[in-house]
Amino acid sequence: MSIKLEHLNYVYSQGTAYEKKALKDICLEIPHGEFVGIIGHTGSGKSTLIQHLNGLIKATSGALYYNGENIYEEGYHMRELRNQVGLVFQYPEHQLFEIDVMTDVCFGPKNQGLSPEECKQRALEALQLVGLKEKYYQSSPFELSGGQKRRVAIAGVLAMRPKVLVLDEPTAGLDPKGRDDILDQIAYLHRQSDMTVILVSHSMEDIARYADRIIVMNKGTVMYNDAPKKVFEHYQELEKVGLAAPQVTYIMHDLAKRGMPAKTGVTTVEEAADEIMRVLEKKE
Amino acid sequence: MDMVQTEKLVYEYEKRDEEGNVIGMSRAIDEVDIDVKEGQFIAILGHNGSGKSTLAKHINAILVPTEGTMWVNGRNTSDPEELWNVRQSAGMVFQNPDNQIIGTVVEEDVGFGPENLGVPTDEIWQRVEDSLKAVGMIEYRHHSPNKLSGGQKQRVAIAGVVAMEPKCIVLDEPTAMLDPVGRKEVLKTVKKLREKKQVTVILITHYMEEVVDADKVYVMDHGRVVMEGTPREVFSRVDELKNYRLDVPQVTILAHELKKRGLQIPDGILRKEELVEVLCQLN
Amino acid sequence: MIRDITIGQYYPAKSILHRLDPRTKLVSTLLYLVSLFLFKSISGYLVATVFLMAIIRMSKVPFAYIVRGLKPIIMLLMITVLFNLFLTRDGDVLFHAWIFTITEGGLVTAVYMAIRLIYLIIGSSLMTFTTTPNELTDGIEELLGPLNKIHVPVHEIAMIMSIALRFIPILLEETDKIMKAQIARGADLESGNMIQKAKSMIPILVPLFVSAFRRANDLAMAMEARCYRGGEGRTKMKPLHYQKRDHMAYIVVIVYVIAVVVIGKYVPLHIWVF
Repeated sequence: MSIKLEHLNYVYSQGTAYEKKALKDICLEIPHGEFVGIIGHTGSGKSTLIQHLNGLIKATSGALYYNGENIYEEGYHMRELRNQVGLVFQYPEHQLFEIDVMTDVCFGPKNQGLSPEECKQRALEALQLVGLKEKYYQSSPFELSGGQKRRVAIAGVLAMRPKVLVLDEPTAGLDPKGRDDILDQIAYLHRQSDMTVILVSHSMEDIARYADRIIVMNKGTVMYNDAPKKVFEHYQELEKVGLAAPQVTYIMHDLAKRGMPAKTGVTTVEEAADEIMRVLEKKE
Repeated sequence: MDMVQTEKLVYEYEKRDEEGNVIGMSRAIDEVDIDVKEGQFIAILGHNGSGKSTLAKHINAILVPTEGTMWVNGRNTSDPEELWNVRQSAGMVFQNPDNQIIGTVVEEDVGFGPENLGVPTDEIWQRVEDSLKAVGMIEYRHHSPNKLSGGQKQRVAIAGVVAMEPKCIVLDEPTAMLDPVGRKEVLKTVKKLREKKQVTVILITHYMEEVVDADKVYVMDHGRVVMEGTPREVFSRVDELKNYRLDVPQVTILAHELKKRGLQIPDGILRKEELVEVLCQLN
Repeated sequence: MIRDITIGQYYPAKSILHRLDPRTKLVSTLLYLVSLFLFKSISGYLVATVFLMAIIRMSKVPFAYIVRGLKPIIMLLMITVLFNLFLTRDGDVLFHAWIFTITEGGLVTAVYMAIRLIYLIIGSSLMTFTTTPNELTDGIEELLGPLNKIHVPVHEIAMIMSIALRFIPILLEETDKIMKAQIARGADLESGNMIQKAKSMIPILVPLFVSAFRRANDLAMAMEARCYRGGEGRTKMKPLHYQKRDHMAYIVVIVYVIAVVVIGKYVPLHIWVF
C-alpha cells in the first residue's frame, strides 16, 4: 500500500499569464503504515501535493504510484483510489450538510455503495473513533461546537475506512485542548490500525511529537525528507524559509553554545528535561 | 485614566430547545470586573467558548450587558446615545480576515471607517495613507484584498481600524486562522503600533506566547475571570493554566518540569533566554 | 476550475478607461447596449465591432482575459443560437430533417443574436473590468440619487451590490473547495439524469449557504463595529467629479451611437448569405 511519486510536476493555469509552478520534480516514497508529517509555509505547495494523493489534482507531468499502479494510466479506477486514500481538508466542518450527525457520516460509505445497515455500522465505528459522545449522534451538525464539528467531519472520512488518511491542518482554529485531543485521537488511530497517516501542519511542536518522518516543502520542492531529529538539526535553514524548529530545540542549541555538554537533537519537552537533568547530574 | 472598565458585567442569552422555545438563560459572561488603563497592553486568554470573545464584543458595544456596566473611555456602552462614540473610541479587529474587509481595493477598505464617521475627503486620504504606513502595507494600497496573504489581510483590517483614530484597539483572536509567519507579522504590527501611536491594545487569544509582553493578563473560563496578573505571575501557575485548556509555551513547561525534578528554577519563565541563563548558572 | 470565472471582476491597470468617472462608464455602457439593437445591417455590425475593439485596446485588459470571461455564458449562448436557428421560419429553407428546419432567416438571426450577446457581455464586462466595485457603487448611487426622493433606498442597494461583488471570488473559491471535499468523500457530481444531478448538488449547496450566512453575519458585525449606519452623514473617500476626459468620452459615445444608427441604416452593405 505504498505511495510513490516520481518526478511529479504541477503547473497552475498553464498557458495563461497566471501560470505558476506549484510542484517541481517531486520524488517521494511513503511506505505503508508510516506517520508522516508535511510542513511548509503557505504557498509552499503542500496543499497541492496532498490533493494529488487521491487524484483530485492531476499532475502536469510525472507519475504517482499507489500500490505499484500508476494512477494516471488509462482505465485506472480513480473512485477506488479515493476510497482508499481519505482526505480531510482544512476546516472540514465547513462541508457538513446533512440533517444529523449520523446521516452526515454515512455520506461517504453510502457513496461507496454499501447497504444502509453497513453504512450505519461504519458511521458508529468512526464516531466512536473520533470520540464524539453518543448523545450528539442525532443532533444537527450545525448545533455542535467547533471542535465537535471537526470530529464529525473527520469521522465522515474515517467511515470510508481508508488505508491512507491525509489531514490538512486538522487543528487549525482549535484551542490547545481541542488541538491535543484531535492529534492524540489520530495518533491512537494510527497505533490501533495499520493506517498510513499523512499530517500537514504548521506546528513544529505537533509534528515533532507525532511523526516518524517529516517532509519539508519549500517553493514547490521537497527541501528535507527525514526523521524529525535530523530535520530539525537544520533549524537555521528552516528559519530562512519561514519555518522553525520546536522551541526546545533552540534552547538545547543555546545551551550547547554556552558550553553545556548537552545533546542538541532534542525535539520534545520530555527529552529536553531528561537531557538537561542528565548533564547536570553527571556534573555533580 | 480608565480606558475600559467593567463592573459585575453579566451577559445572558436565551437557550432554546429544538422547537425554538426558550428553555432558560445561559450565562456567557458571569460577573466580570476588568480594568484597563489608557496606553496599556492587556491580554485576555481563554479556550474556545470561555466567553472571551463575547466580552470583546461588549467593548465595541456590539453586545450590551444584561446586568452590570461597561464603560469605554468614560462612556456607558448601554447608553444608546453613546453608541457611535463608543464604537469610535474602541476599534475592533476580528478573527476571520476575509469576513471583515468590505472594500475591494485595500485603500478603499481602509477608508470605509472614516467615511462612516463623516471625515472630510482630504483628511480621509491622509488617514488612509498614515494607517497603511503604520501597518507596513502602503505598497499594497491599490491591490485587491483577495490576493493578499492572511497576515496581510489582518494588517489591512488593523489599518482600517487605525484610520478611525480610536483610543483603544480590541483584537479578537486576530491570529487564530493564520500560519506562523502571518501570526508573527500581525503581532509585530501591533507592537509597532503601540510604540508609534500610544494606543491601548486589548488582545484576545489562546496563544500564550503572544502575551509575554502584556502589562496584564486576564484568564477566562466559563464566563468568569479566573486568573489575573502580570504574565510572569500568571505563567508561574502552569498546572492551573493547563486545567483551563491553555497552551503554555514550551520554555515555560520545560522550566516547570525541571523545577519539579528538583532544579532551582524561578517561577514564570517566559523567554528561552531566561531559561538558558538560569541553566548555565546551575551548570 | 470554477475560480477561473472572470466575469464581473475588476482588472487593475492604468488606462484612460480606468480613470473615467464611473457615471460616464455606466451611462456609456447603457448607451452601447441599446445601440446594439438599433441596427440590422452588416455595416452596423462593422461600426460596433470597430468601436468595441478600440475600447478593448484602450482598456489595457488582455484580450485573452476578456474571452475567458465569456466561458460561463457559453451554454446560454448555445441555447439562444439553437432557439433562433430552429424556431425562426423566414426565407429559403437551407436544411430540413425530421422536425428540424433551418431557414436563411433563422441562420442570420442566430448568428446576429450570438454576436449581439457576445458584444453585450464584453461591453458590460469591460465596465466592471475597469471600474472597482466601490466606484461602481458610487456611480450607481449618484445616478440613482434622484430616486431617493421617492424613498428608494439607493445607498443600501448600492452597498449590497458592492458587497456581493467583493464576495463573489471568495464564494467561488469556497465552492471549489467544498466540491473537492465532497468528491474526496466519494460524491458523484457528474453521472446520472437531471434529477440525480440536482440531488447531488445538495452536499455542495447546503455548506455553501451555511458559509454565506456565516460570512454575512460576520461582515455585518464588522461593518457595525466600524461605525457603518447607512448613507446618512457619510463622506466619501473618492467623491465623483466629472473631468474633461469624461466630457470627451460622452461625446465619443454619442458620436458612435449616431454613427451606428446612420451607417447601419444607409450604408448599403447588405447581408450576403449563400
